[in-house]
Amino acid sequence: MTDVAALPPRLAEIVEDFAALEGRDKLALLLELSDELPDLPAGVDAADMEQVPECQTPLFVTVDASDPAAVRLHFQAPPEAPTTRGFAAILHQGLDGESAETVLAVPEDFAAGLGLADTVSPLRLRGLSAMLTRIKRQLRTG
Amino acid sequence: MPVAPEQNDSFAAYAHPDRLVSTGWLAEHLGDPGLVVLESDEDVLLYESGHIPGSVKLDWHTELNDSVTRDYVDGAGFAALMSAKGISRTDTVVIYGDKSNWWAAYALWVLTLFGHEDVRLLDGGRAAWQAEGRELTRDTTPVTPSDYPVVERDDTRIRAYQDEVRSALGTVPLIDVRSTVEYTGERTHMPDYPEEGALRGGHIPTAASVPWARAAAEDGRFKGRAELAAIYHDEAGLTPEGEVIAYCRIGERSSHTWFVLTHLLGHTSVKNYDGSWTEWGNAVRVPIATGTEPGTV
Repeated sequence: MTDVAALPPRLAEIVEDFAALEGRDKLALLLELSDELPDLPAGVDAADMEQVPECQTPLFVTVDASDPAAVRLHFQAPPEAPTTRGFAAILHQGLDGESAETVLAVPEDFAAGLGLADTVSPLRLRGLSAMLTRIKRQLRTG
Repeated sequence: MPVAPEQNDSFAAYAHPDRLVSTGWLAEHLGDPGLVVLESDEDVLLYESGHIPGSVKLDWHTELNDSVTRDYVDGAGFAALMSAKGISRTDTVVIYGDKSNWWAAYALWVLTLFGHEDVRLLDGGRAAWQAEGRELTRDTTPVTPSDYPVVERDDTRIRAYQDEVRSALGTVPLIDVRSTVEYTGERTHMPDYPEEGALRGGHIPTAASVPWARAAAEDGRFKGRAELAAIYHDEAGLTPEGEVIAYCRIGERSSHTWFVLTHLLGHTSVKNYDGSWTEWGNAVRVPIATGTEPGTV
């Protein structure tokens, strides 16, 4: 299991929030996050973004690392894909504005700490890990 | 007690028109005693994001499947699940969902394994309801648990296992309802679903390719009976009396086709091979055909 203390503070807080909830309440929190996923800022176009094929619905992600001390993460997923939006929001709220180094250091298996396997299913959770992998790859290849 | 079937001219030509309801009918009958509306989606959170008022969520992954063995819940598990959803054995169950009713059809097929008699699909699914601007709510639906009897699952009539498919090769027609790139072997998974992949690509030899989506009209509703007959009878060579086994990747798209053949075209012997390509394409020493031709045994 991932050591929560090793995660960046905002991501650690989200993981702890999920871990403290049970079943239906975990889904309620995921929906809340899904609702909060911001629209793309002006000037960022989904057509220029990378699609994450591991997600079962169209999800686009792009990383702006022009300032390595504060990388910006942008996501786009349709409203009919609230789970995907929720996953994107976890990463957005947890990691947007962190340094490239911090994002790259997030353990691949951090999602296990959310305790969502029973409510969401391990298969669906892979979409979240895949998003993190894509973000890291974009950071590495710049 | 079940609710009387919808009388709808646009369904009248189908073999079992009582297996469909329209959005308009459902809107009028919400809250009727004896009617339970279930939403069954691919996205586990879609129901929570807004559902048809009074509907209850049924998740295929976490509820219909056994949590350990790759199988469905057993009779006791199903009884507990139905009871928790407030469904009685004689209730009318109407199911709708995302992705053109894939998971709704899958849930309907599973309910049929347990012999639940009156189970219907909302034609066009969630998308049709939404497109018409009908109400969706986030309100929690209050459920009064029922006392559903324990009925053992009957896997003999509408479900096929791998060994049965193997021995059927060359004698019982198979239809592969996946996309063309999955059928030919160009891809070992569906374009957007790499996590449900297989080690080998291609199809089961002799299987005809009839992608599930051909049964759906542009608006996600089912095509008319004559159009469906042209696809499954004239083109694919199936007959209503003959046996047929349908498969896809994990059995959900082929549930959709199972519904079309069984309830819209009146086929009497259709089985769904739910192990599908995620079983066959990972199995050792089973025959596989690649390319656009069905291939031979």
